[in-house]
Amino acid sequence: MTIQTNSRPPEAVSRRMIMRAGAAAGGGLLLGFYAPVGIVASGAAQSGGAEFAPDAFIRIDRAGRVTLTMPQVEMGQGVYTSLSMILAEELDAAFDTVAVEAAPPSDALYSNPLFGIQATGNSNSVRAFWKKLRQAGAGARAILIEAAALQWKVDSASCTADTGEVIHAQTGRRLAYGALADAAAKLTPPADPPLKNPKDFKLIGKPLKRLDTPDKVNGNALYGIDILPQGVKFAAIAASPVFGGTVGHVDDSAARAMPGVRQIVVLSDLVAVVGDHFWAAKQGLEAIDIVWNDGPNAHVDSAQIWNDIRTASEQEGAVAKSRGDAKAALQTGDAVEAHYELPFLSHAPMEPINCTVHVRPDSCDVWVGTQVCARTQAIAAKVTGLPLEKVAVHNQLLGGGFGRRLDVDGIEKSVRIAQKVDGPVKVVWTREEDIQHDFYRPIYYDRISATLKDGRIDGWKHRVTGSSVMARWFPLGFQHGVDIDGVDSAIDEPYDIPNFRVEFVRHEPPAVPTGFWRGVGPNNNVFAIESFIDELAKKAGKDPLDFRLAMLGKTPRLKAALELAAEKAGWGNPLPPRTGRGIAAQVSFASFIATIAEVEVDHDGGVRVRRITSAVDTGIAVNPDTIAAQLQGGLIFGVTAALYGEITIDKGRVQQSNFNDYRMLRIDQAPAIDVHVIKSGEAPGGIGETGTTAAPPAVRNAIYAATGIALRRLPIDREVLAGRKQP
Amino acid sequence: MAKLRINGQVREIDVADDTPLLWALRDVLGLTGTKFGCGIAQCGACTVHVDGKSVRSCQLPVGAIGQRAITTIEAVGETPAGARVQKAWLDLEVVQCGYCQSGQIMSAAALLAATPHPDDSDIDAAMAGNICRCGTYVRIRAAIKKAAGAERV
Repeated sequence: MTIQTNSRPPEAVSRRMIMRAGAAAGGGLLLGFYAPVGIVASGAAQSGGAEFAPDAFIRIDRAGRVTLTMPQVEMGQGVYTSLSMILAEELDAAFDTVAVEAAPPSDALYSNPLFGIQATGNSNSVRAFWKKLRQAGAGARAILIEAAALQWKVDSASCTADTGEVIHAQTGRRLAYGALADAAAKLTPPADPPLKNPKDFKLIGKPLKRLDTPDKVNGNALYGIDILPQGVKFAAIAASPVFGGTVGHVDDSAARAMPGVRQIVVLSDLVAVVGDHFWAAKQGLEAIDIVWNDGPNAHVDSAQIWNDIRTASEQEGAVAKSRGDAKAALQTGDAVEAHYELPFLSHAPMEPINCTVHVRPDSCDVWVGTQVCARTQAIAAKVTGLPLEKVAVHNQLLGGGFGRRLDVDGIEKSVRIAQKVDGPVKVVWTREEDIQHDFYRPIYYDRISATLKDGRIDGWKHRVTGSSVMARWFPLGFQHGVDIDGVDSAIDEPYDIPNFRVEFVRHEPPAVPTGFWRGVGPNNNVFAIESFIDELAKKAGKDPLDFRLAMLGKTPRLKAALELAAEKAGWGNPLPPRTGRGIAAQVSFASFIATIAEVEVDHDGGVRVRRITSAVDTGIAVNPDTIAAQLQGGLIFGVTAALYGEITIDKGRVQQSNFNDYRMLRIDQAPAIDVHVIKSGEAPGGIGETGTTAAPPAVRNAIYAATGIALRRLPIDREVLAGRKQP
Repeated sequence: MAKLRINGQVREIDVADDTPLLWALRDVLGLTGTKFGCGIAQCGACTVHVDGKSVRSCQLPVGAIGQRAITTIEAVGETPAGARVQKAWLDLEVVQCGYCQSGQIMSAAALLAATPHPDDSDIDAAMAGNICRCGTYVRIRAAIKKAAGAERV
């Protein structure tokens, strides 16, 4: 198969022009969903510029080539493959010959049904598009069959489709999809085409090879940072080290004399040097003497930020969920209370933030890997003042997203720089700029209190205090004082608790911008809840596994996953000294995951995660191997955060700068990981972020089992584990 | 003007001698398979082979290379170890976002060329300089073992 990444230089034809040319000259079938796309396609060809039909995911040309347009971006999670499997399943296309391409910017055509905008995130690509893409594929199959039946003058019910052909079994006749493309283009897809019975799936449920990987092992895959339009120049940038600071004085005399330096761009908030290659630009930037106006945030530091959030957490929050009478229950009996703290985190995708832009008087091209393609177009249009349709966005493979590429700050800056540059310019963040100018996973402060009755939880109050990312990014998600992401996996926690209350206190940290980070709200909530559950089990004198299983009556899918994980992990088997197992059970992203970590703590407080076992019920597993891979990787991402992850602030600036002080787990520290995917006929759930939410509490609880020390904040503090510091 | 032997060809590059090979490859020659990740030899995304040994190209000035042979991800499949590694990577579906994988494959190929049957500690030593943010380490380890096993067949 091929992946078309829209990496053509600006003078090349746009994707829309290619599609139009295909309809007019090459003939063929443009298929979509709801609308009679073939008609719209020919109309577009005649009018020379009309928009194509909504939800156009499938194109088939006369040669039978099937091109699938991907409404979600590929950032490692395997959606190009899983979404193609869904489309090809219902279309009965030959999967190994389909081509996929990135969707152009369009909220109207390619919005995510769960967001209402064109965005890839929240581990929801498969569950959001499950029905829509099945219908698109089934609608296409239906009219291909109808076209063949008309040609053969037989009842379409007597025809079937298989692997890119329509078949009339009674007469043994066959017609390839390509031969039917013109005729099918004249037909209207049914509004509600019949979908396959899952027992007839040929692709879904099989561990098929990913479509995007062959080009990723030979250097041919193109990420945003790899795009080289004709005549491109390269820019390095420096933004104010203090959040919100501005450029004061710039002395660029030395830089101007340096070989390869072409231009210096000074904007209110940044300085960029444009050069013949990135090294020349970076050397030039380092030679510039910049005096910054630090602004009002020059004295912000982590200690103050933590004091503020602890104080904020003392107030009553907006009630996100309440049942029974938690307040009354907490006054009867012996209440236990604990507070948990999670730090700021940077995303640090391996591909640093970058964006290539060519601004002309009447148009603009943007090459980038973004999780929000339409927002990318909108911000470029806003900066340039051009109409939306004059901004072309060429979305590329993403070298990691993890939520970082849900924000368009890098695109906005790059367009502003490109406005000053004649010709295309590729702006690349150094790793230091990338880590120090992120939208950080917010700090959270969780207060949880509970009472026990007969060895079970009777009263429960959980107050989440933190930033509302939704209020900035998607205001509909912040209403009546509650951030729906901030309480995700807290309001719907899985245990049978009669008196239950969850509150949210919005508290924005000073200066530090916050954003979505792999695992989002559940990262915080699953950590706090599952840590506290272990402390409650100890209080109740129960085994952490038994304590949980007894309270999972309302959540049988999680109970089954936990039983399986416990069996596979050898729960209860003897372990060496200072070694323990810890559980994390969670319902997040519509999946049911139980995880058991086995951890060894040395006398110096060093932590080695020996092994992690996860069992997941994620409904129908479209590609089970991708499910396993996402859990494996997500668990590593979570272990990294638990062991090392923390961004700290001093004098209004981020103290970490690169992988030497913002550490990543490496292969020699990586645990063995066993993932067990439970067969299920339920609708698909999400998977990309689940491992990341699972690992920190599982590791924390394993440390609790190994040492008896109840850690209440991340990252894990080895000084505490070594006994040199109070928890 | 530096003359470099890259993937079996002599390439002339008009950059200052202190320019790291990484940027000459990517921005001057258009060999973008070699990736920029950190710029300080902490992540391994920029790994290439110099005379068959893995080297971080972000720290290697073009003026210091001389006649030594450079191999990048675009050509490592022409070496026996590189081809085995690439095949094992696909067989076991190691790759997720893929951005670090050029460097991972270059490090793994150099390991197998020097140590045809690496044990876990050999793998740790050779691969610990390569960060994968997607967390594909479990499969990287398995794929190296698979590639090593294939040689015996």
